[in-house]
Amino acid sequence: MADRAIALVDCNSFYASCERVFRPDLKKVPIVVLSNNDGCVIARSADSKPFVKMGEPYHKIKDVLRRHGIVAFSSNYALYGDMSQRVMTVIESLVPALEVYSIDEAFAELTGISDPEQLARQIRTQVLKQTGIPTGIGIAPTKTLAKLANAGAKRWQAHTGGGVHLDSDHKRDWLLKHMPVDEVWGVGRRMKEHLALAGIKTAWDLAQADAWTLRKRHSVVIEKTARELRGVPCLELEDDPAPKQEICSSRAFGQRLQEKEPIREAVAAYVARACEKLRAQNSLCKKVRISIRTGMFNPNEAKVARGVICELQFPTDDTRLIIKAASKGLDAIYRTGYAYAKAEILLMDLRQRGEFTGDLFTREQPESVNRVMGVLDEINARWGKGTLRPARIPVTPGWGMRRELLSPRYTTDWNGLWKVACR
Amino acid sequence: MAKYRNKCRPTEDANIAMRIQSRQRVTLMSSNAVIIGPLIGSAIELPFYTCRVPAGFPSPALDHMDQSLSLDELMDVDAPHTYLVQASGDSMIGVGIFDDDLMVVNRKLDAAPGHIIIAALNGDPCVKRLAKRGEQFVLESENPRYPPRYIMEGDEFEVWGVVIGSLRRFPHG
Repeated sequence: MADRAIALVDCNSFYASCERVFRPDLKKVPIVVLSNNDGCVIARSADSKPFVKMGEPYHKIKDVLRRHGIVAFSSNYALYGDMSQRVMTVIESLVPALEVYSIDEAFAELTGISDPEQLARQIRTQVLKQTGIPTGIGIAPTKTLAKLANAGAKRWQAHTGGGVHLDSDHKRDWLLKHMPVDEVWGVGRRMKEHLALAGIKTAWDLAQADAWTLRKRHSVVIEKTARELRGVPCLELEDDPAPKQEICSSRAFGQRLQEKEPIREAVAAYVARACEKLRAQNSLCKKVRISIRTGMFNPNEAKVARGVICELQFPTDDTRLIIKAASKGLDAIYRTGYAYAKAEILLMDLRQRGEFTGDLFTREQPESVNRVMGVLDEINARWGKGTLRPARIPVTPGWGMRRELLSPRYTTDWNGLWKVACR
Repeated sequence: MAKYRNKCRPTEDANIAMRIQSRQRVTLMSSNAVIIGPLIGSAIELPFYTCRVPAGFPSPALDHMDQSLSLDELMDVDAPHTYLVQASGDSMIGVGIFDDDLMVVNRKLDAAPGHIIIAALNGDPCVKRLAKRGEQFVLESENPRYPPRYIMEGDEFEVWGVVIGSLRRFPHG
């Protein structure tokens, strides 16, 4: 496995870059993208990073944005999703195998390629040319090292030009020694604190740590991470991700809701979305958890957060049944007198179809339901989301998302196409 | 996505004009200048019959139906490098790009003189014909009312994509 080579391709400031593709006038203008409901900053172009921190609330930084001429956008997931698919398709056409890891990152198999750097350059050129999205690339013998190489490429952008190839022990060791441990894939803030107690501060420290101790004191996962940092491959490319064990659909309302009925509508909409995801991975669920809460930060608001788990009669993916259950759950947890800010639906106890064979008395979802849900999904795939939906969900809900700075859906909506002047 | 078959004859849906710029496509289109069904970008496939069907008498040739014609395929609409962009204005009417027409834009092609391109000139997007006069690149319009624009030193010029075709719907129905 000495010649194993994995590349991590990562889109630079992906959301901001997507916005720029159709706004050449913003090429040199700093951009930030806001979370759902225009809450806080979730993406920044490189040139806005010095002025705006990640996660800052939009209403608090309006002045800063104005002062530095930073343009803000509401998140346009239809656009980002489509651009992501384009990026991934381009990369896929150039490499032997690809694992799409997130909306803006993918692992590519480069093992056996005679000149991986040349191919990496080609990937960057072609992705930029065909989609307008700039990327960075890290190449290394393991996935964890490839991630770290890519992080290094970003950190020392001017020096690396956005690409790093760890093709020698010397380069690998240098990077390990200069990277703090929380830059390592899978090491979060809490793990960082745990590791700090054991004197592990850099990626190098982690790579040198005793495997057995790591496993005993922390986890098998972190032990694997350490081995991958030493260049021993433990993680394979996954082209077919395992189905999720839980599916969540949660969102803050566009405005505070006091009454139960609009909350019920929102809950129905979130269930409908979650059920689409459930059917897309061909699973059934046996439990649904519904929770609602008020805002948690405003000191002048009464705070409450309540949730309940509802058991379904049989494992199902029927949007109607699950809405009914969640709606009952809402009746159980709703209390008047609060200004609710958010609802969350969690589908739990998931199983793949046919995973369990019940006995004679176990109820199963009737075949007719499968057909109805199939038609529902087909219609919505063809004519657009929400074309066919439970009557509980209104077309323009009062609780809908606030997205005042939304760009058009340039690539997925006939009415949003990019208009270019002939003059 | 499910593909639906439209059982009507292609010519009955002839409310769309297509103009294609590549030479090879032009011959293809002019030799059997049938103008075909709904918009680019749709997943609708129109079956293409190579025979005429006499009324009331089933033709055995019907069993040998040819493959479907697809505008998506013709214009490579599903490719990651293809974008649909709307024209706005009259500077390109000479090549038949009118106000509100849809343009099929390919970002993979290298732009060469003679191509219709989407360009960004100093951050300003526009549709022009790329030309070269001597050593200098020029952005030309296809309407005498608009003068050519020479690309000067200090201009920031970028090709966004090459327009490979356009599409217009006429009033109907």
